[in-house]
Order: sequence, then C-alpha cells, then structure tokens
Amino acid sequence: MNWLTNFIRPRINSIVGTSKDVPDNLWVKCTSCEGMLFHSEFKENNNVCSHCGHHMKWEAFDRLAAYFDDGKYKEIKVPKVTEDPLKFKDKKYYSARLKESRAKTGRQDAIIVASGKIGGQKVVIAAFDFFFMGGSMGAAVGEGLVTAAETAVKENAAFIAIPSSGGARMQEGMMSLMQMPRSIVAVEMVKDEGLPYIVILTDPTTGGVSASFAMVGDIHIAEPGAMIGFAGPRVIKETVREDLPEGFQTAEYLLEHGMVDMVVPRAEQKDTLARILSLLMEPKQTALKAIA
Amino acid sequence: MALDFEKPVLELEQKIAELSKVEKTEDINIDSEVMQMRVKADKLLEQIYTKMTPQQKVQVARHPERPHCYDYIKALITDFTPLAGDRLFAQDDAMVSGIGRFEGQACVILGQEKGSDTETRIKHNFGMARPEGYRKAQRLMKMASQFKLPILTFVDTSGAYPGVGAEERGQSEAIAKSIESCLRAEVPFISTIIGEGGSGGAIAVATADRVLMLQHAIYSVISPEGCASILWRSGEFAGEAAKALKITARDLKELGIIDDIIAEPVGGAQRNHPAIFQNVRESLSKHLAELMQKDADTLKKERRQKYLQITR
Repeated sequence: MNWLTNFIRPRINSIVGTSKDVPDNLWVKCTSCEGMLFHSEFKENNNVCSHCGHHMKWEAFDRLAAYFDDGKYKEIKVPKVTEDPLKFKDKKYYSARLKESRAKTGRQDAIIVASGKIGGQKVVIAAFDFFFMGGSMGAAVGEGLVTAAETAVKENAAFIAIPSSGGARMQEGMMSLMQMPRSIVAVEMVKDEGLPYIVILTDPTTGGVSASFAMVGDIHIAEPGAMIGFAGPRVIKETVREDLPEGFQTAEYLLEHGMVDMVVPRAEQKDTLARILSLLMEPKQTALKAIA
Repeated sequence: MALDFEKPVLELEQKIAELSKVEKTEDINIDSEVMQMRVKADKLLEQIYTKMTPQQKVQVARHPERPHCYDYIKALITDFTPLAGDRLFAQDDAMVSGIGRFEGQACVILGQEKGSDTETRIKHNFGMARPEGYRKAQRLMKMASQFKLPILTFVDTSGAYPGVGAEERGQSEAIAKSIESCLRAEVPFISTIIGEGGSGGAIAVATADRVLMLQHAIYSVISPEGCASILWRSGEFAGEAAKALKITARDLKELGIIDDIIAEPVGGAQRNHPAIFQNVRESLSKHLAELMQKDADTLKKERRQKYLQITR
C-alpha cells in the first residue's frame, strides 16, 4: 500500500474500485527466526517458515481445506446460545468485544464445525479460530463442540477437535467453566458409539481447554513447537520462583513426557490423519459388512 | 482473625468485654447495658453479612477459621478410612480421600484440604492438588461405582497447583480425566462448595448430580485477582472483577450452575462450626435421599443432560 491509496478514503475507493495486482502483504516475517518469506510461498507452505520450520498460526479455513479430501467440506451451523449471560464489563463491554471480533474475523465465535471426508473416511471437525478473542472457550464454543459431536454420531463419522485457545473465556464467568464438563459430555457421546476421537493440539492449547476435551482423545497429535499446558509459564514462575526448563510446555516436551502420541508437521498431517482414520475405522466397517 | 469490614462489630464487642470487667455497683445496671450492646452487635453483624459485596465474600470464603474439608469429615462422617495414593506416582495430601459413613450410608469422600496452621498448610499444599491428587480421585470414583458407594465431595481450593512437576506429569490430563470420571460415575454424586471453588481444580471433583454451595462460598473460573490483572491490567481492580464474574452462591443459583444454597449462621460459618455442620448434614441428607431413588443409568444420563443443558 502506498501513500496515495492510503490517502483515498474508503468510500471513494469503493466507487473508483481497486483492482489490486499486488497484495498488501507481499512478505511475511517469521515470528521465530525473523526470516523474510514470500507471502504466496508461505501460504502454500501452510504458514510454516521455510527457513526454520516454525509453525505460525494457521487460518482455520485453510486448515480445513488442506485436511479434507479435494478441499471439500460442508460447514455445519452452530445453534445460537445466550450471549453475554453475565452482562460482563471490564474496561470494555464484553458485547463490544464480541462485536469487534465478529467484524474482524467475519465469524460468529471462535469455532468452526465442518463435515466431510479424509482419506475416504467420514469426519466431523471442530476447529478453533485463535483470531477470535484468543480462541477462548465460552458457551458458543462449547455449543460448537457439542454440535460437532452430535453430528459425528448422526453421520457415523470420526470426531476431530483442533484447539487453539488460551483457555476459558473469562467474560462468561462460570458459564465458561461449565464448558469443561460440557465438552467432555460431547466426547463421551462419540466414544459411546465406538467412533474415534482425535485431537490435534495446536498453538496454544492451555487452561480450561487443555484440561478438558483436548486431553481425553483416543489419539493426540501435536503441532511442532505448539505451547500446550495447564497453567501459564508466568504463573508457574511466580509460584515456584525458579527458571523454567528449556522447551517447557512445548509439543516436543509433552511427547517426551507421554502426554501426546506424536508431533507431526503440517505437511504430513493430512496423510497421518487419513492413515489413522482408516486403521481405526476400517475393522469396524468390515465387521459390520460381514454381518450384513 | 477479623476482616476489615467487620470492624464496627469488633469495636462493639471490645466495649462489651471492657464493660463486663467493670466491677458492679448499685448505681448503674451494667448487665442490662451489656445485654443491649450484645443485641446491637448481633444485629450489626447480621446487617453487615447480608450486605456483603462479592469481594467481601471472597475474604469470608478464604477465612482461615472457616471449617475445612477435614472438619466436615470429622463432624459428618463416621468410620472414616483415609485411602492414599494414585498407584502411579505419589500420594497427594491436598486431595483428601477415603471411605466412610454418612448417616449410616457407606460413601466415598473426596475434597481439598487447605490446612489450618503453617505445618498442616504445607502438608496439604494449601489445598492445591497435583496430578496425583486428581488421579487418586479418579481411582476412588471408579471404586465408588464398583461397590455402589455414593460420592460426596467437599470442594475448597484456590485451584490446581501450578508447578513445573505438575505440568510435567500432565496436570491438564489429570483434571480432564477426573471430570470424565465424574461423568462416568454410576452412583449418586453430590459436591459441596464449602469455601473456595477455584476453576479447573474445583470442577475436576465437582461435576456432580447436585452441586451445593455454602451461602458465603465462592465459585469462579478465575480468581478475581487474576481476572483483574488480565482484563483491567492491575490487581487493584479485584473488587470490580469479583462483582463482574458473578461468583456468589446467589448469582450461581440464578444462573443454574448450582442446585442449592446452604445457609450459614450469622457472621459466617467461621463463627459457628456446629451450626454449619448441622445445615450441611441436613442438606446432604435431603439430596442424597432423593438421588438414592435413581438407578445407575438414570443418574448418569441425567448428569450428562444437566451439563449439556447449562448455557443451552
């Protein structure tokens, strides 16, 4: 963007029309190694730095398109919930924060539910959008998880949850804490049907989100470098009054301590998912066919 | 220990104490004077406690002289037999656990113990459980289903322990699985929030058929101090945060998050232990009797349904 386009007011701009040949953000800077990345290549590389392999935040829709067969999926509408149940206000009204986040992301809340196929197997995915209030979990997010689980049961599909969240949404007070048992009830519905429940832990998965549905998966797949933990590092540091170990609360640290099954880079995630889903779902399907 | 907002009552009580020491003469009737002041002090205390702000409730909920988990066990449970260890790593004294009888009925008892002096506070890690505490809770909840023992939990914690070792050994997983165990229990399950219901550390053993809460207890997704430092960027706004978060028993009953409020004696549970034990006993008996009528499947189904319906 140059000074001229900056100067032209949006309304005039919309009348005149702007056919942008060159995107605004031609270059992206890696948040880890600070290397410069060409935007289109960065996108093609699933928001992974080609210099250091650092996995940066990935738009939920891009992720869904990359996972589902031929990039095709159906978005499932999440029923509306009571908004702002506490009429919460800190320095700002929660209702205003919601409005802002909706304008910024074009999304109703921090979760997207989609159904489709991965490697030919039926799957329902509930993916968090970190850009919507830090992916925090309130009633709407909880409802998304419940809707996803119910859809999975109805469609006899596997359930995949992809958290990217700092934890509970404080502005909903205890209503947000209640999403912890609520999301686990959702998972129980899927498990009762003998359907696989897979969690892909992305950066960050902390607080009430990691201490609920995110840690009861049949299989836990973590993204390289993702921060995963219960308490924030600052709180821990203040409590124990000592330096935290190197790589503390990273995906690799969790792998070493037995909390996740594998750490898988984005380029291999789709194939890994397809393989796991076929391994877990095929025996059941063939057995059913044999009976029929 | 006196709380700052109780000062007017304490001043009165001091005067009463002084007056009582004065030698009796025939001129003034000290006894009736003292009696009048006593009545006034009681009235004042009652007034103060009915008009408490959420932040003042936080102070009461954390009052060191409030009865803690072990006090309730001593008062209400006979044949209490503590059971230790998660069978995986360690014994966690922050999570009290065992079997015993409530009104004759054999039960599994769980709860966080904060301790009552320096020595016991350290022993119980100030009521902040580590993963081992939650894994021990899971073990006992499974055992409860196995032997058809109702589960009673007494919740009083500022939260799960935030430490390096706790993270290393999967604090998140331990809490998540503990909630799962609550949901899978095939027996009546009653949780009583006796003091502080601190976020994930509390819900881990409070996903129950009935959640009861003492009148001046608090139950919150985050401590008011923590919330203030994040959203207001200063811990000084803890009072505002306490109000905004809706953490009092009355608020949570209105929101449908708890099922019943247990009344506290005038001036709070810390002033009259026998009275609060009696009230808790009555409430627990009533709810347990109702739940004992239901079979395992119904209990499980209704518990799940209850949590699905919250916020729907």
